[in-house]
This record gives sequence, structure tokens and C-alpha cells, in this order.
Amino acid sequence: MTVPEATPLVQLLTPEGERVHHPDYDVELTDEEYRSFYRDLVLVRRIDVEATALQRQGELGIWAALLGQEAAQVGSGRALRPQDFAFPTYREHGVAWCREVDPLHLLSLFRGVSNGGWDPQDKRFNLYTIVIVSQTLHATGYAMGITKDGAVGDPDTGEAVIAYFGDGASSQGDVNEAFVWASVYNSPIVFFCQNNQWGISTPTATQSRIPLYKRAEGFGFPGVRVDGNDVLASYAVTRAALDSARTGQGPTLIEAFTYRMGAHTTSDDPTRYRLASELEAWKLKDPLERMKSFLYKQQIVDSAFFEKVEADADELAARIRKGCLEMPDPDPVTMFDYVYDEMTPLLAEERAAFATYHAGFAGGGH
Amino acid sequence: MAQLTMAKALNEGLRAAMDRDDKVVLMGEDIGRLGGVFRVTDGLQKDFGEERVFDTPLAESGIVGTAIGLAMRGYRPVCEIQFDGFVFPAYDQIVSQLAKMHARSRGLVKMPVVIRIPFGGGIGAVEHHSESPEAYFAHTPGLKVVACSNPVDAYFMVQQAIASDDPIVFLEPKRRYWEKAEVDTTGTPDPLWGARVVRRGTDLTLIAYGPMVKTCLDAASAAEEDGRDLEVLDLRSLSPLDFPTVFESVRRTRRAVVVHEASSSVGLGAEIAARLSEQLYYEMEAPVLRVTGYNTPYPPSRMEEEFLPDLDRVLHVVDTALRY
Repeated sequence: MTVPEATPLVQLLTPEGERVHHPDYDVELTDEEYRSFYRDLVLVRRIDVEATALQRQGELGIWAALLGQEAAQVGSGRALRPQDFAFPTYREHGVAWCREVDPLHLLSLFRGVSNGGWDPQDKRFNLYTIVIVSQTLHATGYAMGITKDGAVGDPDTGEAVIAYFGDGASSQGDVNEAFVWASVYNSPIVFFCQNNQWGISTPTATQSRIPLYKRAEGFGFPGVRVDGNDVLASYAVTRAALDSARTGQGPTLIEAFTYRMGAHTTSDDPTRYRLASELEAWKLKDPLERMKSFLYKQQIVDSAFFEKVEADADELAARIRKGCLEMPDPDPVTMFDYVYDEMTPLLAEERAAFATYHAGFAGGGH
Repeated sequence: MAQLTMAKALNEGLRAAMDRDDKVVLMGEDIGRLGGVFRVTDGLQKDFGEERVFDTPLAESGIVGTAIGLAMRGYRPVCEIQFDGFVFPAYDQIVSQLAKMHARSRGLVKMPVVIRIPFGGGIGAVEHHSESPEAYFAHTPGLKVVACSNPVDAYFMVQQAIASDDPIVFLEPKRRYWEKAEVDTTGTPDPLWGARVVRRGTDLTLIAYGPMVKTCLDAASAAEEDGRDLEVLDLRSLSPLDFPTVFESVRRTRRAVVVHEASSSVGLGAEIAARLSEQLYYEMEAPVLRVTGYNTPYPPSRMEEEFLPDLDRVLHVVDTALRY
């Protein structure tokens, strides 16, 4: 069903937390950085767990869980420099965290209060894109603009773009067009495919007969498969690909080999299409557990550290819960605003009629 | 003042827009060295360089999708879709992405993107080269849709569309590309969103846009010989529609016939008829009638003259409207 184990996989941390080395990719981080990577993994999982609970309690319409994909997202997200721009799907909560997007913005989308609400230009993190893979073309166009601006070439100030998508999305026309465009224009972009093995109920084998990273070769740029449950390897491979892009070496496709440990969304029921044993096997490769083991083995943590991370997570979860419950519904009349930069007479008329209609009810409400 | 074809007027308009703002870039299939299959971009790559006028891979979704990214980066992309029938691979990018970005971001992300589409039939083309897709786009909140009908409007409207911060589908009536008119490039253009009475009359208003404006003017001239005084209104903007001008005209003539190449069902004519009935119910002498392409796929070109509204079909329906 999945691709054979023999496929080369960049790994810097084994599932047991052993630090291993790779000829092409490496990281040397400070002890503090190693600890902060782990802290991010824990916090984004906690955001995810809390959001899932809020959905179950009726506070969110739906939630797309990232459970199991924390390392791919935190690793790649932390590889971004401030000047880089990320184009997410709807599951990139870990990348959003790295771009300092308040998790409450993510919840506001799934609660039906907004379409996200953060400033994409300010965060350099586009709004979530729900139509599978449309954003890869936006990302490519943005990267073309970087080249036109001459903002590519310098290893420090050069800009790069990262486009997120998944194994199911790899079949869409748009991502293949994005590959063509990025290749022929040599655009500064990294295509980051989280192969979480499942597109809702459809296994990756239904999307591709070859490992996804190998598709890059046909388009004329390098592809690499990284252990997406290894935060260090995800960080190292993404950083290298972004640096390659920002210095004018063109695009890279990264296939982060990972696993969607939860359902596709809270509306999904994976027990209908996959075996519990598969999930159990992947639990042994849990991205948080291996980083935890690594920190212990490095002897750079103590119990106080883990207690502090847990306390931070509890505090974050409490803030999210409170913020979600207190989130006001938007004023419905605002649906007419911002449809256009220059409002049309039709909309102005509808908006006024809507306001008048509601003002006709006692107390102005209904 | 120069005599310009519509194709040349568009070319000059694009040139003026590019001179005015170096963030304006042209992108599309075969628009560079070739100058586009209709030569609308002729010479522009030579003069502005390959960074600003560039050939794209052959994929329409890619053209519009990357234009969205370029707009996010601060550019003002003008996309050429080679033919009307080829726009549909880009439908998601236009309708779900481009049209909604401004609203989704609460105005934080602007989409100053123009999508130029040669549209309509009448040139004896093979299938998928004669479509009239305007209703699909005019139905979409967040998009604006305009159609030029003559070289003067072509010259100014394309510049106004490029200057707008809203995404615009810019429809060019391909069978009128080679028709000439005096274009005073120093003149003051009418507002982009305004309809225009192009012939004053008293008996009935013919409402048209794009390629059918000339057909309606010809019909009005022919009707004059029979003692009928028809008004012709060029909508120019299909979204938003300039209803004050439509109402003003029909309030005077008390009769209206809408003419377009697109099929009648759920089209622009239906929307205009509905609005007229809401607004002028007691003032009109006849129901709003339509002269349109039939509700069939666009036929092989040996049949297109029967499919497309022409002078005789317009006058036939005018007769019907005047009998009420």
C-alpha cells in the first residue's frame, strides 16, 4: 500500500531518539534551540487537541487536525526566515504557530466567524486555502515576483517561498502547473508535500505509482524525501531547500513522509477505511516522543523543563478555550464589506436594504 | 487623431498603462515575440522587455493562479486568455480564488488583476473559439466584468481596468478587432462602470454590449427607413451593471430588447429583464424581449450565422415588441 521502505529517507533522529548523520544534511543547534523545538511540538499538539475538543463540544463547526504532522510543520516552519513567505493548506497549524499567527485566528475560521482574519502580508503567511492545491500557483506567482524584484541571490537577504500541500493534492492539475512554472522560471520556491499517507480515505498508492519526491525530476528540479516525523531532519532539509531557492538555484520538492494520526477532519471516521494496526505502528514513530528521547539522551533537560512545557501548554490551551468561547459573532452587515475594493451600487443598495430590514425589528435585532 | 483598429487601440492602451506604472506586467500564451494570436500585444515585449511581457507555459489555471501571486507581491498582472473557450481550466482560480481574495482578507490583500479574453463568434472558427462566457463571471461576487465595443472604448477601458484595484474580466469582441475608428488619445474617457446611449431614439431601447452593439446600430439604421426610431444602449460594464442609465433610457422609450450572443437562459438579458420589471413595471408598454444565441452549444461555423443574432433577427423581435 505505501511505498517500499527501501526508498531513501533523510533522517537525523531515529524513532528511538538516536541522533544520526546524513552526508548532505545536518543541523547544529544550541541546547536552548533543541529545547525550543520540542516546546513548539508540544504546544502545537496542544492547540490541536484543544481545538478538536472544542469541536466535539460544538464550539467549532469542524477542525482539521494536524496530529502526527507536528515535526514536519514545526521543522519546516522554523526553517523559514522572516522575509520568506508561506502558502498553507488548511492543516498548517504548526506552521502558523511558527509564523506567530494567533491560534485564535485559526479557530475563528473553523468556528465560522471569519476566513482567518490575520494579515497575510504582515505574517508572511497566506490565508488558509481550502480548495486543494490552488495555493501552489499563488506561491509560484509570488516567487516569480521575488525574481522580478531582484530579491533573489543574496544568501542572507534573498527571499524564498514555501508552498504546502499533501499527497492527495499531488494529483491536482494546479500543483503540476506550479511545478512547470517554477521550473521554467527558476523561481525561488520550495514545494513542501506532507505525505501523511491518506487523502481522507484514499491511500497515497491511489495518487501515485512512484514516491512523490521523484516527480520533481521529471519537472527538472531536485526532490528529496525526509522523515516528516523527525523535526531536525525536516528543519535541515527545508532550510537547505529555502537557501537554495533564495540564492537563485530554483525550486525543490520536499516530500515529508509522515502520518495523519487522526481523522481527516472531525467529520471523518478513519476506522471505516484503515486498520488500527497501522496507526499503532506509526505511534512508535511519534514526532514528540523521539524528540523527548533525544533531549533526555543529550542530558540537556530535567523534569523541571518538561513541567514548564506542560504548564505553558496548559496555559495556552486555557487561553484558546477562553478566547474561543468569548469570540463574538460578526455583525452580519459586514458580509457586504470588502467584496470589492470599490463597492458597487448593487452591493451598497443591498447593504442598505439589509440594514433597514433588521432595523425594522423591535430593538433593531431579530 | 489616428485611425486605429480595436486590436491596435488595445495595444496602445496597454502601452500607455505600462508606461504609467512599471508594476503592470503582461502574461499569457504567445503574447511575447508573436504579439498574441490577434496581435494585441504586438511589439510590447520588444519595447518593455521579457520581464514585463512574458510568454507563459500553456496552462490557463497557471496563468491566473500565478497572476494572483504576482498581485500579492505588488504587481498588476494583465493576463491574456487566448480564446474564450480556453478560460475554463482557470475557472477555479478566477471564481474561487481571485474573486474572493479581497473579501476573505477583509481588504488586506488587493487583486488588481485583469483577465483579457477575446470572446464571441462570427469569425468562422473551429469549436471552442466562439464562446460567450460572460454570465459565468458576471454572476460571481468579487469579480467585475466589462466588454468594449469600439476602438475608443478599447483604448481607454483597458487602461481603466488595469488602474482598478478590483479583479476584472475584460472581454474583447474578437470579430470587431479589425474595425477602425478615430481614437483621440488625449480625450477624457467615460467612467468604466457606466453604460452609454450610443444612439438616441424614442420608440424602443436596444440593450447590447461587445460585438452586438454594432449589430444593434445597424438594425437601428435599417429600422429608421421604416420610420422607427430606436435607441441603442451599450452596457460596457456587465458587472456592475449601470442600471440608472438603463432605467433612464427605458423610461423614455417604454420598450426594451436585450441583444447578446450568449444563450438566453439565465443570461445577462434575464437579469436586465428582471430589474426592469422591478423598477419600471407600470411604465413599460411591452415585456422585455431578448435576441440571443440559441440554447445550444455553439454550432460548427457553417451554422453560426443562424445561431448569432443579426440585423434581421433583431428587427423581427423589435417588431414583436412594438406590437404590444
